[in-house]
Amino acid sequence: MAQIVSMPKLGFDMAEGTLVRWVANEGENITKGSVLAEIETDKATVEVESTYTGVLLRQLVQQGAVVPINDPIAVIGEAGEEINIEALLEKTAGSEKSTTVEKPAVGEAVQSAAVLPAPSSETPAGIAGGLHASPLARSIAAEMGVDLRMVRGTGPGGRITKKDIASYQVKAPEPEMAKTPSVLPVPLAAPSIEFIRETRRLPLPKLRAVIGRRMTESMQQAPHFYVTHEYDVGALVDRRKEINTLLSEDDKLSVNDFIVRAVALTLLEYPNLNASLDLKNNALIYHGEINIGVAVAVENGLLTVVNRNTDQKTVHQISSELKVMVNRARVGKVRPEDIEGSTFTVSNLGMYEVDQFTAIINPPEAAILAVGSARQVPTVTNGEIRIGTRMKATLSVDHRISDGAEGARFLQSLVKFIEEPLRLLI
Amino acid sequence: MPRITMREAISQALWEEMERDTRVFIMGEEVGVWGGSYAVTKGFYDHFGAERVKDTPISEATIIGAAIGAALTGLRPVAELMTINFAFSAFEHIVNQAAKLHYMFAGQMVLPLVIRTVGGGGRQLAATHSQTPDVVFAHFPGLKVVAPGTPEDAKGLLKSAIRSDDPILFIESATLYQSRGEVAEGENLIPIGKSKIQRPGKDVTIVSYSKMLETSMKAADQLAQEGIEVEIVDLRTLRPLDMEPVLESFKKTNRAVIVEEGWRSYGVGAEVSARIYEEAFDYVDAPIQRVAQKEVPLPYNRNLEQLALPQVEDVVKAVKEVL
Repeated sequence: MAQIVSMPKLGFDMAEGTLVRWVANEGENITKGSVLAEIETDKATVEVESTYTGVLLRQLVQQGAVVPINDPIAVIGEAGEEINIEALLEKTAGSEKSTTVEKPAVGEAVQSAAVLPAPSSETPAGIAGGLHASPLARSIAAEMGVDLRMVRGTGPGGRITKKDIASYQVKAPEPEMAKTPSVLPVPLAAPSIEFIRETRRLPLPKLRAVIGRRMTESMQQAPHFYVTHEYDVGALVDRRKEINTLLSEDDKLSVNDFIVRAVALTLLEYPNLNASLDLKNNALIYHGEINIGVAVAVENGLLTVVNRNTDQKTVHQISSELKVMVNRARVGKVRPEDIEGSTFTVSNLGMYEVDQFTAIINPPEAAILAVGSARQVPTVTNGEIRIGTRMKATLSVDHRISDGAEGARFLQSLVKFIEEPLRLLI
Repeated sequence: MPRITMREAISQALWEEMERDTRVFIMGEEVGVWGGSYAVTKGFYDHFGAERVKDTPISEATIIGAAIGAALTGLRPVAELMTINFAFSAFEHIVNQAAKLHYMFAGQMVLPLVIRTVGGGGRQLAATHSQTPDVVFAHFPGLKVVAPGTPEDAKGLLKSAIRSDDPILFIESATLYQSRGEVAEGENLIPIGKSKIQRPGKDVTIVSYSKMLETSMKAADQLAQEGIEVEIVDLRTLRPLDMEPVLESFKKTNRAVIVEEGWRSYGVGAEVSARIYEEAFDYVDAPIQRVAQKEVPLPYNRNLEQLALPQVEDVVKAVKEVL
């Protein structure tokens, strides 16, 4: 029996996705779990896996097409199977709306017309692609923080039920986490588009549009104030060098890994800066987890990858996890869970030799730390000029949540972790 | 506790209430000298006399119309309609008069009227005499609809109905009169509008009532042998509908099958499942299943009739469907 694969809903607010590339071709054998296509959403490029085993009979949309969630994108069935798309969709959905599809290129008998009724917005039972889980499974998963996409459904039509969540074991860090490949090179210089002596008009990339919307919202709604502090990072730089001699090339720690942990530990003392404003209900949300977002430059923009429960992890662990996510972000394969749920963000432009800068708060967070380069500077100690290593960091704070004094104290509290880095290693 | 039949239980309730309150009287076709078409009022005529056990002409509209008048003037009539299929002839009186008088006249009068009637199929009485139109009557606010599934409930609910000041349609099942159950001796009033868990379990909730309660119980016995523990909620009253035990059970099992003898469309299953989806959506782990009569006028032929009516196997199958 042929099955329809639909545009999956990959994020909470995803309404449509761009099918950027077909990975599997028509006529190709597909096994459950193999990658069918790549889809670009507001936030990331994600691979769509097949929920069926069979032959990819039809690609229903062209590369580059923008497809609303739950709309059909492919048909999977048995080799040589006659498919009647209309009947197939009728059976599972039934809607008047129609969209045009390309004629199939494969040789098998296809009875369908070129007009294809799109299914209604709700996914009927049996249609794959979207998350197929019972309401109970969804509420339990939300409560337990289980990512339903990781759970295999064994109910009718592959539906995830309560039983499946119960039997789902939270797996230890995936093997790729353990392997920790080295971070891909940071785009240090190369401009992302070539200069051409001709004025051109290009569509705004999705990611740019999202960044634009969120940053405008943040700047317009959150009254920012900024506090800067200069840290003596001599000990940290030395300590890092020492530790890195023990680690393989792929495994080396960055200054930022130390700072991320330092920030997480300091936030334990400043829950007010690990909070969000709920304006609608006149409430402050104090987050029960410290999840540090790290801004990552990617093609066409930036993403914030999220390290969860950072205060409970070692620098090495933080480093490994960040590397995996940063790599996924740089190759455009970021997963929704990589970029959701941060409670505080660190933006580090240290590698670009900046003295200091100010960052825009990543809403709905309360603050963001902008970290500059660690550089050798003349310092005065006991009336003597010496060579020291200093790094400036600027905290941007939402004035609706906190005030200057707290911001300043936070930066002061950060001193003990950054300037006495042994504290980060215990 | 004595095990008595449904027929005896209903008969006892009527007898006791007539003994207790002289305003209570019975009227209907063949209820007197003949003792009732289902022998429920056998012996009543001799004991209580023609004044309180009234045989009527074959005119349902007349029976209900007269009973309404009697109730308005202070008596407490128990009017019997030989089958619920004949209630259609008295439909105007039941849903437009009985159900509304209290409201239309600003509560100036109450209507202590009980209409006893018999529903259900399975006795080869063909399409016009085998219907289960319970929901048709339960649709109307102002009318209470009671449909017991055990002798104990039948007795306790009928006694409460006779003492109630509201018009009540009391639907008995033609195929349950012989069924037996334990009934405590003496006064045991059961409140109208309360569902009851008739069998505890943890895997699936079956919601049912009347004849289908018996069918569901048999299915549960069968499923128990396979290790599936079914919890059965008996609605007992269709209006007002008490969803609390249903929701409580559903939140435990997360799965439900609703079993009714009437047709599926616009039925009890439709109403109950809608309310579960509305009030316990986050507890739903599988689509709710409905077991009901096939959507045809019930055939006369015995085999076809049985095929059209919900059977134990249908319930077993539906339960497995939601697991």
